[in-house]
Amino acid sequence: MSAPSVSALSRFRYQLAARDSRRKVKNVLFLSFLVFAAILAITPLIAVFIYALKQGFAGLSLDFFTQLPAPVGESGGGMANALVGTAVLLALGSGLGVPLGIAVGVFLSEFGTGRLASFTRFSVDVLTSVPSIIVGLFAYALIVVPMKHFSAMAGGVALSIVMIPIVARSTEEILKLVPVHVREAGLALGIPRWKMILRILLPGSAGGITTGVMLAVARAAGETAPLLFTAFSNQFWGRGIDQPIASLPVQIYTYAISPFEEWHQQAWTGAFVLIAFVLSLNLLTRLILRKRT
Amino acid sequence: MSSAKETSSRRARGVFGSSRRDAHRGDRRFHWGLRLCALAVIAILGGIFFQLSKQASPVLSKMGLSFFISTEWDPVAESFGAGAFAYGTLVSSFLALLLSVPVSVGVALFLTELAPSRISLAIGFLVEMLAAVPSVVYGLWGIFVLAPWIRVSLGPLLRKFLGFLPLFQGPAYGVGMLAAGLILAIMITPTIASLCREVFRAVPVANREAALALGATRWESISWGVLGSSPSGILGAVVLGLGRALGETMAVTMVIGNRAEIAASLFAPAQTMASVIANEYAEASAEMHLSALAATGLALFLVSIVINTGARAVMRRVASGPKRGKLGTLSKTASIEVRP
Repeated sequence: MSAPSVSALSRFRYQLAARDSRRKVKNVLFLSFLVFAAILAITPLIAVFIYALKQGFAGLSLDFFTQLPAPVGESGGGMANALVGTAVLLALGSGLGVPLGIAVGVFLSEFGTGRLASFTRFSVDVLTSVPSIIVGLFAYALIVVPMKHFSAMAGGVALSIVMIPIVARSTEEILKLVPVHVREAGLALGIPRWKMILRILLPGSAGGITTGVMLAVARAAGETAPLLFTAFSNQFWGRGIDQPIASLPVQIYTYAISPFEEWHQQAWTGAFVLIAFVLSLNLLTRLILRKRT
Repeated sequence: MSSAKETSSRRARGVFGSSRRDAHRGDRRFHWGLRLCALAVIAILGGIFFQLSKQASPVLSKMGLSFFISTEWDPVAESFGAGAFAYGTLVSSFLALLLSVPVSVGVALFLTELAPSRISLAIGFLVEMLAAVPSVVYGLWGIFVLAPWIRVSLGPLLRKFLGFLPLFQGPAYGVGMLAAGLILAIMITPTIASLCREVFRAVPVANREAALALGATRWESISWGVLGSSPSGILGAVVLGLGRALGETMAVTMVIGNRAEIAASLFAPAQTMASVIANEYAEASAEMHLSALAATGLALFLVSIVINTGARAVMRRVASGPKRGKLGTLSKTASIEVRP
C-alpha cells in the first residue's frame, strides 16, 4: 500500500482548512445573531419607555393629580378621579384577593399532598393563564348582572381573581424555602401546628410574602380588560363601591382611542404614571429580595 | 376527671396556650379553613366555566359548533359567527410566534451562554421589566408609534419587495393584522425568553464542555450541547407564549383595527376573539349578542386551558432548574413557571 500522493494530501488539508474556516464563519455569524437578538429584544422596551417618558412628562402637572377630566375640547384637567379609582379598586382587590391567596399558598405548601391539593394547584395554574378578559366576563355575570349596573365592587372582584393565583404561588414558593427544622423546632415545643404556622412560619416569611403581594398589585394595577365591563368608567368621582368608578388603565384606553389631541396627551401622561408605579413596585420587590439573599 | 389531671392540663394551657385536645381541635379547624379557601379557588375556576357556558348556551344551541366556523357577524341582523375572530386570533398569534421565537431563543442563549454575568444580569432585568409593562401601555404605543411607522415605513417597504405575495397587498392603514402581530411579538418575547432561559440553565455544564473538548466551536457547542438537549423545553416555552398571545386583549384591541373580516392581506384590519369581547360586551344588550360574545369567551377559555396545561406538562418533565433563582420564581413570567 503506497502512501497517498502529495497532491492528494494537500488537497485534503485544503478541504479541512476550508471546512474549518466555514465553521468559524458560521460560529461568528450565529454568535452575532445572538447579540443581535438581545438588542432586538430590549429595543421595544427602551422605545416604549423613552416615548412614554418624553410624551408623558410633558403633560405632568399638579392638575393631572388633582383635577377631574376636562370636557372635550377644553385643555387642562387631570385624572384625579381615575387615580383614586385605581387605588379603590386595588384596595378592594387586595382586600379580597390577598388573604385568600395567602391562605391557598399556606395550604399548598403546608398541606400540599393529597387530591384536593393537587387539584387546587392545577386550578391556581389555570387561573394564572386565564385571559384576564374572561375574568371580566365572570365578574360581570357574578356581580353586574344581579346588581343590574356596573360597580367598583365588580371591578374589585375581577382584580382579586387576577391577584389570587399570583399571591398563592409566590406564598407557596416562599414558604417552601423555609427549612423543615424551623417547623420542627416549633412543633417540638408542643405548639399546635396552626399556631406554628401563624406565629412562626408566616411572620418569618413576611418579607417574601409581601413581595408576592406587591407583584400581584403591580399586575392588577395595569389590568384593563377585566375592568371594561365591571368597574366601567366614570368621568366624575366615584360615589361608593356600588357605583361605576374610573380607573387609570381604562381611562388611558378610552383616551387613546378617542380622536382628541388633548386626550391623547392625557393618555400618555397617564401611561407614564402607570409605568412609573408598576415598575417601581417591581424594582422594590427586587431590592427586598436581593437584600434577603 | 381527677383534679391532678385538671391541674396539669391547666398548667399545660399556661405554658403553651392550649391543652393538647384544644390543639388538635385548633389544627382541625385551621386545616378546614384552609381547605375552604382552596375550594374557593377551585370554585372560581368552575364558576367561570359554568357562567360562560350558561351565557353561551342560547347561541350554541341555536347554531351548534357552526358558530365557530361561520364568519357572518352582524349584531343588527342578529346573525352571529365567530369564524373571523378565530381566524384573527390564530393569524395574529402565529405571526407573533414567527417573529418572536427566533429572537426569544436568541436572547435566552445570549443571556445563558454568551454574555458576561454583569451584562446578562442587566439585560435579563430589562427583559423582565418588559414583561411588567401593562398591556394598555403597549397598546397606546402601538397606536401612536407602531401604527404610523407601519403606515409610513414598513408597509411601503414590504409592498415594494414582497408585494407579489397576497399577504402584503392593499393599502397599509397602519392599524391591522400586522400591527397586532408585531405588538404581540413584543409582548410575548419576555415570556418565551425567560422560560427558555430556565430551560437552558437546566442543561448540565458538562454537555457544553464535552462539545468544546471535541474541538467544537462556541456555536457548535451551543447547538449540540444546549439546543440539542432541550427541544421539548423550547417547545413548552413557545406554547406558553402562544397561550399568552391568544388571550392578550388590550394591546391587540387598540391596534388591530377591529373589523370582523377575513382578508388575505396582513395590512387589513381584523378582529380577535378577545378584542371583540373587549369592544362589544359593555355595549351589547341583545341576549343573542351577549350570548355570542360569551360563547367566544368560552372557546378562548377552553383553548387557553388546553394550551397551558399541555405546555406545562411538557415543561414539567424538562425543567429541573437547579440554579433557579428566587427572583425568577417570583417574576410575572415565572408565575407560569414550572415546579420540578
